[in-house]
Amino acid sequence: MPELSPDAWIAIALSFKVAAVATLWGVPLSTLLALVLARGRFPGKALFDGVIHLPLVLPPVVTGYVLLLLLGRKGPVGAFLDQHFGIVFAFRWTGAVVAAVIMALPIIVRAIRLSIEAVDARLEQASGTLGAGPVSTFFLVTLPLSLPGILVGATLGFAKALGEFGATITFVSNIPGETRTIASAIYTASQSPEGDAEALLLSVIAAVIGLAALVASEVIARRFRRASS
Amino acid sequence: MIEVEINQRLGDFQLDVGFSGDGGVTALFGPSGSGKSSVIKIIAGLTRLASGRVVVDGTVLADGKGRHVPPYRRRIGVVFQEARLFPHLSVRNNLRYGRLFTPRDQRRVAEEPVIETLGIGHLLDRRPATLSGGEQQRVALGRAMLASPRLLLMDEPLASLDVARRLEILPLIEALRDEFGIPIVYVSHAVEEVARLAGKIVVLEAGRVARQGSPADVFRIAADRFAIMSVVEGRLGAPDDAFHLTPIETPAGIVWLNGLVRPLGRAVRVLVHATDVALATRRPEGVTIRTVLAGTVADIPDGSGPSVTVDVALQGGTRLAASVTRAAVAELGLEPGRQVFALVKSVALDERPL
Repeated sequence: MPELSPDAWIAIALSFKVAAVATLWGVPLSTLLALVLARGRFPGKALFDGVIHLPLVLPPVVTGYVLLLLLGRKGPVGAFLDQHFGIVFAFRWTGAVVAAVIMALPIIVRAIRLSIEAVDARLEQASGTLGAGPVSTFFLVTLPLSLPGILVGATLGFAKALGEFGATITFVSNIPGETRTIASAIYTASQSPEGDAEALLLSVIAAVIGLAALVASEVIARRFRRASS
Repeated sequence: MIEVEINQRLGDFQLDVGFSGDGGVTALFGPSGSGKSSVIKIIAGLTRLASGRVVVDGTVLADGKGRHVPPYRRRIGVVFQEARLFPHLSVRNNLRYGRLFTPRDQRRVAEEPVIETLGIGHLLDRRPATLSGGEQQRVALGRAMLASPRLLLMDEPLASLDVARRLEILPLIEALRDEFGIPIVYVSHAVEEVARLAGKIVVLEAGRVARQGSPADVFRIAADRFAIMSVVEGRLGAPDDAFHLTPIETPAGIVWLNGLVRPLGRAVRVLVHATDVALATRRPEGVTIRTVLAGTVADIPDGSGPSVTVDVALQGGTRLAASVTRAAVAELGLEPGRQVFALVKSVALDERPL
């Protein structure tokens, strides 16, 4: 049984940290976007939808490169954040979080959007006739009834964030202890002549985590379906 | 007090409706597709008024000229055909939902009397999905009431229920009407429901008001003799347990109702179809008919058909329409002012809606 190197353990821990923070930011953001897409009516909605889903179809390296151009220290957004707020994403683990959020967003938004669309709009109407304004109706009716989709989206988004590689390595590189996640560690190991065993072991770990997330999301969805029927 | 004036195109349907209502129940009555539900949606603010006015208690809620108070600020409760209970909340929290948004000084309707009137105290901890259709609709009524609305709209609230459930809920709506004093606009295509509940009926046909008035006035006018009905009011007497009949005491005599109906002394209305009424010039003997009401002939319209609808003024003033053959009118020498006895078959009457 091959042993994992301390560096590999650090990469696993970092991956979980990045994925957890990415999920915490990504779910509220996705819920807002999903609400806009599910209930909003405005010109350019299809385009907006397309932009959100773009990371799904672009080569991840392109997404990472765009992030680097925008959020890098010399990028327009990155320079602004650095000067005014002292926030730097480039080559930091927080940048890995940004990359993970962007890459996971389409998946989370889709799950939540389907869930919001499945909420009976007549219940929201009834809520209005009882005196609840749009915001109250969202938090008291729409959100709780969309909870299964939000949990499914969170689980899938977490798994996606955990495995993100292309955008991450392009945007924040592959710095041990700072931005080297499981995926980057596998890549590094696979490039070195003695790294095969570690690459394989990390791959198995990544597969197990991913599978666990998929099973968990399915179990959540099924439990809610049973509870509501 | 409510005032409604709507002139609006909805798809390829033109709605031109104007009516007003005071306390009590104003019924919008008409066949499906006549525009009843559209009127309700406009009053509730769920559909935007294009042209006209919606005024409740002196407050203009919509004027078609840019004023559109959103539904959640109108304080108008709605009971829909489907209960629309929140599936993720217990019955208790469904009932308390509207209260959250009612300013403290406007919470006029207290929880206990509503729960008691509707008989839903034992359901409070249940989820809506575990309730029967009738129970769900009772909770929906309570939920709307407990928001202390200044007006309650009911859009065919009994239409999705079977006859037994309707029988169970109709008296509850009567009780809500009588106990809590919230004006109600009630939409239905069921004659018995509106005749029983409403103080005023607005008949809609193809998006227009065909006629409006008291139940007695509205149903006395119809082209088809099978559609002509009279409303007789009285108070429930002590039921006859042995024969399963309940008397309704009216100034013109006792109307016998099928079945045991309580409580004693409650004011009730029955609908009498003109085709279920026969006339006699003397109090008859040896007939099976139990209900004999005294009155005088008020009017016999001219006509050339085989039958004619005689307008009888019962003692106490109620008008009763009797559809009889012209041959019988001629043979008995019926004419305005003549004393008659109206005979109504008891088996044709009961309190059942539909």
